[in-house]
Amino acid sequence: METHGEPVISLRGVRADLGGRPVLRGIDLAVGQGEVVALLGANGSGKSTAIRTVIGQVPVADGGIELFGTPRRAFRGWARVGYVPQRTTAGGGVPATVAEIVSSGRLARTRFGLFRKDDRDAVRDALEQVGMADRAKDSVNALSGGQHQRVLIARALVARPELLIMDEPMAGVDLVSQEILARTLRTQVEAGTTVLLVLHELGPLEPLIDRAVVLRDGCVVHDGPPPRAAAGTLRPGHDHVHPHAGATEPIRTGLLS
Amino acid sequence: MDFLNYAFMQRALLAAVLVGVTAPAIGIYLVQRRQALMGDGIGHVAMTGVGLGFLLSSSPVWMATAVSVLGALLMELIRWYGRTRGDIALAMLFYGGMAGGVMFINMAPTGSNANLMTYLFGSLSTVSPSDVLAICLLAGFVVLVTLGLRRQLFAVSHDEEFARVTGLPVRALNLLTAVTAAVTVTVAMRVVGLLLVSALMVVPVAAAQQLTRSFAMTFAIAVALGITVTVSGTIASFYQDVPPGATIVLLTIAAFVVLTALAARLARRRARAAAAAGSGRNPAECVIPAARGTEEEINA
Repeated sequence: METHGEPVISLRGVRADLGGRPVLRGIDLAVGQGEVVALLGANGSGKSTAIRTVIGQVPVADGGIELFGTPRRAFRGWARVGYVPQRTTAGGGVPATVAEIVSSGRLARTRFGLFRKDDRDAVRDALEQVGMADRAKDSVNALSGGQHQRVLIARALVARPELLIMDEPMAGVDLVSQEILARTLRTQVEAGTTVLLVLHELGPLEPLIDRAVVLRDGCVVHDGPPPRAAAGTLRPGHDHVHPHAGATEPIRTGLLS
Repeated sequence: MDFLNYAFMQRALLAAVLVGVTAPAIGIYLVQRRQALMGDGIGHVAMTGVGLGFLLSSSPVWMATAVSVLGALLMELIRWYGRTRGDIALAMLFYGGMAGGVMFINMAPTGSNANLMTYLFGSLSTVSPSDVLAICLLAGFVVLVTLGLRRQLFAVSHDEEFARVTGLPVRALNLLTAVTAAVTVTVAMRVVGLLLVSALMVVPVAAAQQLTRSFAMTFAIAVALGITVTVSGTIASFYQDVPPGATIVLLTIAAFVVLTALAARLARRRARAAAAAGSGRNPAECVIPAARGTEEEINA
């Protein structure tokens, strides 16, 4: 495994509880600059919780988290981080256009929320990257599930982040959108963006992934090259995504303990 | 236009315009966060403030502002910390606030339940010059917050988790939303009354979004509708001697019904236009092929 220099994300012995139940039981994870790391694991293994401790949405019971070498509590450079939460919709209680939603991702780069030409250009660029520029003025309520996800990714890209954190970006996404998302991510990775993403299975993103970290019951059980699909069965591009096809373990190899 | 000759009507109309602007302006963020009934809760808590105002012989408007701001902050804190039994805590806050109001006003030497009624359902003739000054100052604050911080409030109300990662001060903005909602309740108290305030925060927004696709347009139409109903309700109550709060709220609901009916027709026309435009490639209805292909064709 090649070295990637100073870790962009570093978790050491992270523990977290949800409703009194331990969900993370001492996680160690480091993501180097320019690295693409996939967090894999069954439902309930703690992979989403791990990501949510990094962004500060879930409190940490024990252990340390650093972002760009700064303890998370003291970290203020949020403009360097793009986040795609796990959501089924980009909409809210009031109608909003695609451009309005994506603009809210730009706030990290503005002063007091005042938009200049740069900011409007960034919104258009982000929408072009995910192939949604022609829908900028449409209500998000008129979009398909895959298009919702593309809007959420554009919202994360609009601040031009150095680190992308994504929670199940491929869940419930149609094939066309999957291809566009894989292409968008490839462009980002080629430009040097560091990526940490939760995936249910590798799917069309497999060729991009440098390293896979597999969680089971809140512990890391594998940290290394991504588990390859058994020869001849599932290749990238031929993989089907069934986001919630039962709680079966999506890893199909004997690589894991 | 003879109603403009009366000083009390001039004050009432000024207050009505300010209520028409501020209630939907903060209400849109509450609707976006799916906390549409928060205004109602604050209205209940504000009753204790009105009662205290009478009891201590100070201004009920300022006292109601102080108490409802405290109540709103308490509600926001309950939302953070008391996730499991938050609804019970809120219920106690609401009904405690209402009971406190009735109790204090009965203890007050100058108070009576008739006084309280004007605060519950609004009363134009009792808007005093000092009330108007208070309403203007408070409304200025609400407009400053809801317009000046519109992008930040939109982001936080839309997706709190994401807003935190953009580095926005999410807790401070949530508290500011709660305080602004509380201030709006006391702005609207004299015109529509504490028990009907929430309707003006929610219904114009719900009516506007029948027609709109964007947040900005929803905001503009909701405020325009808010001003229309508060002013026309105020004028109607001058001529017909009907209670202004009830008139305004019924007008708002009527506007909602009319706009909803219009929106359904608009949607049908848009669908027809879209079908006509795309009739070559994508017919509106599925076309069943004349004959089934072979299995190889289906699997190809």
